Amino acid sequence: MDVLSWVYSSMDSSLRLAVPLVFAALGGIYAERSGIVDIGLEGKMLMAAFAAAATSALTGSPMLGLVSAVLSSVLMAMMHGFAVITWRGDQIISGLAINFFASGLTVTIGHALFDMGGQTPTLSNDQRFNALEWPGAQWVAEHVPVLGSFYHDVISGHNVLVYLAFLLVPVAAFVLFKTRFGLRVRAMGEEPKAADTAGISVSKVRYQALIITGVMCGFSGAYLSMAQNAAFVREMTAGQGYIALAAVILGKWRPVGAMLGCLLFGVLSAMETRLQSVELPIIGEMPTQLFSALPYILTVVLLAGFIGRSIAPKAIGQPYIKER
Amino acid sequence: MKKSIMALAGLVTGLSIMTAQAALKPSVIYDMGGKFDKSFNQASYNGAEQYLKDTGTKYADFEIKNEAQREQVMLRMAQRGHSPIVVAGFQQAPIVERVAKKFPDTKFVLIDAVVDLPNVRSVVFKEQEGSFLVGALAALKSKTDTVSFIGGMDIPLIRKFACGYEQGAKYVNNDVKVLQNMTGTTPAAWNDPAKGSELARAQFDQGADVVYGAAGGTGVGINQAAVDSGKLAIGVDSNQNYMHPGTMLTSMVKRVDVAVYKAFEDVANDNFTSGLQVLGLKEEGVDWALDEFNQPLLDETVVAQINNLKQEIIDGNISVHNWEDTQSCTY
Repeated sequence: MDVLSWVYSSMDSSLRLAVPLVFAALGGIYAERSGIVDIGLEGKMLMAAFAAAATSALTGSPMLGLVSAVLSSVLMAMMHGFAVITWRGDQIISGLAINFFASGLTVTIGHALFDMGGQTPTLSNDQRFNALEWPGAQWVAEHVPVLGSFYHDVISGHNVLVYLAFLLVPVAAFVLFKTRFGLRVRAMGEEPKAADTAGISVSKVRYQALIITGVMCGFSGAYLSMAQNAAFVREMTAGQGYIALAAVILGKWRPVGAMLGCLLFGVLSAMETRLQSVELPIIGEMPTQLFSALPYILTVVLLAGFIGRSIAPKAIGQPYIKER
Repeated sequence: MKKSIMALAGLVTGLSIMTAQAALKPSVIYDMGGKFDKSFNQASYNGAEQYLKDTGTKYADFEIKNEAQREQVMLRMAQRGHSPIVVAGFQQAPIVERVAKKFPDTKFVLIDAVVDLPNVRSVVFKEQEGSFLVGALAALKSKTDTVSFIGGMDIPLIRKFACGYEQGAKYVNNDVKVLQNMTGTTPAAWNDPAKGSELARAQFDQGADVVYGAAGGTGVGINQAAVDSGKLAIGVDSNQNYMHPGTMLTSMVKRVDVAVYKAFEDVANDNFTSGLQVLGLKEEGVDWALDEFNQPLLDETVVAQINNLKQEIIDGNISVHNWEDTQSCTY
């Protein structure tokens, strides 16, 4: 295997691994920009992953699976909103509750529905989102040097959610920074009082932002159980919601930055699987443990100084009290 | 008064002895990965279920979800009078040793590890022999002369699988390349389908066209990756051929179910024996799976060739190396 195809195959893998993080990070940005800490990304993803696989297994339609993933995740986001916006509860505790709730509820419902220890049945290919071969990919790969195989190996051959994730990054950035709604969301996270004085309902905008978070986590969960894998497995998010949150911070609460953070984590996990027991020049064979630890080490190192200051929205974590 | 208390005490002990003899209270403790991992733990579950079906004897079971639960659960099972307690998984060995000492009258059956106590039966398998056969089959079916292996957690037990597989593949074709990866170094590696799938794809990109996963629940992802990439996969522990007919080449079955069933049965018939049981091809403890799901992938000559190798191993003409003997894969 030559170097080029090794690089392309690693890039391909990085993209696949980054997708659930990108969706969740975009959702996290909207929640946090509106002033709400959301450590419940993980729980929403898990709930959505379960809803997606269960619905798809029962109805045979991946589209219905996606819809139910989004709905269930939005419902969880609304619960979070009800607790922290309407009732001004502690946002960390509510987020944590969402995570525990999802972790228990998915397995419980799964057990009741399928009696397989909380898993869903394995989905057949017509119940999933399958890889799309782009037009002419095979031909281009054979006839155009370098770029042709890039087109074939990296660009083509993903499922529709992969493209959606990267398409949504500029959209999210545009909405956040160029539209009136985006301005309002950001205002809620910086100076909710000023926005309130200007006659904008703080709760309404915050609820709207949380709906977006819910939708994004819905996509993320659906990707996990219907595209990347072919069933829901207990705790299948495995901390990716928290990694997405780290990417939000690495990316300074900006969609493009967060996407780059997610891609970095994607590359690292791809390397972890690819550089195992591979002889590298000079250093020799690297221990696999090092690669497993690398994402965490890098996060700490990067946050500690390389990306400059990462400043959270000013009003984040504070419930808004109108009359004071 | 004293008499009546004595009588009552006598009655109570009498009753408890009667119930202890009357009702067999077997139990199973699964390891991480859960009882529906379609692999190792599910094999234990199938054995217990079969016994329930055949005899109507209910059993208690528990799925370990974190390290802290192990001792608690085993103590609880023993305190409630369960016997035998079948414990699946090498990671439970130190706990079995502690708990079995505290409950000398309770029978323990430990699978995949060895604890030397008078009330413990240790069942281990010659995974290298079964792996040898599927390795040979993989090498015969590979068109690229590259086959691959994905282990779960990086431990000697899994190295045993890997080494047998490599030896088998090289036995039929010395030029075959055997790629090897491990999913991780923590118990989470037994239940990480997404990572399994990524590892398998990475190996396919390096030219492998048959992958053998010995990774518990992670294998679900490995097998799925084979379907998605149009390659062949080999299942492990349970017969997984039914999961994806057409891309499941075979499964290296490890009859954990039989071990569990026999443990229940032996205690029921009062002929439980402690000590070490080593089950290989000869004892039908391991085997390769051939059924209607993978039949179309295999022609008669290949089947005959593998069965031939199997006989040679049973007869002792081929000696399959056990990684644990030398802590290295030299054969």
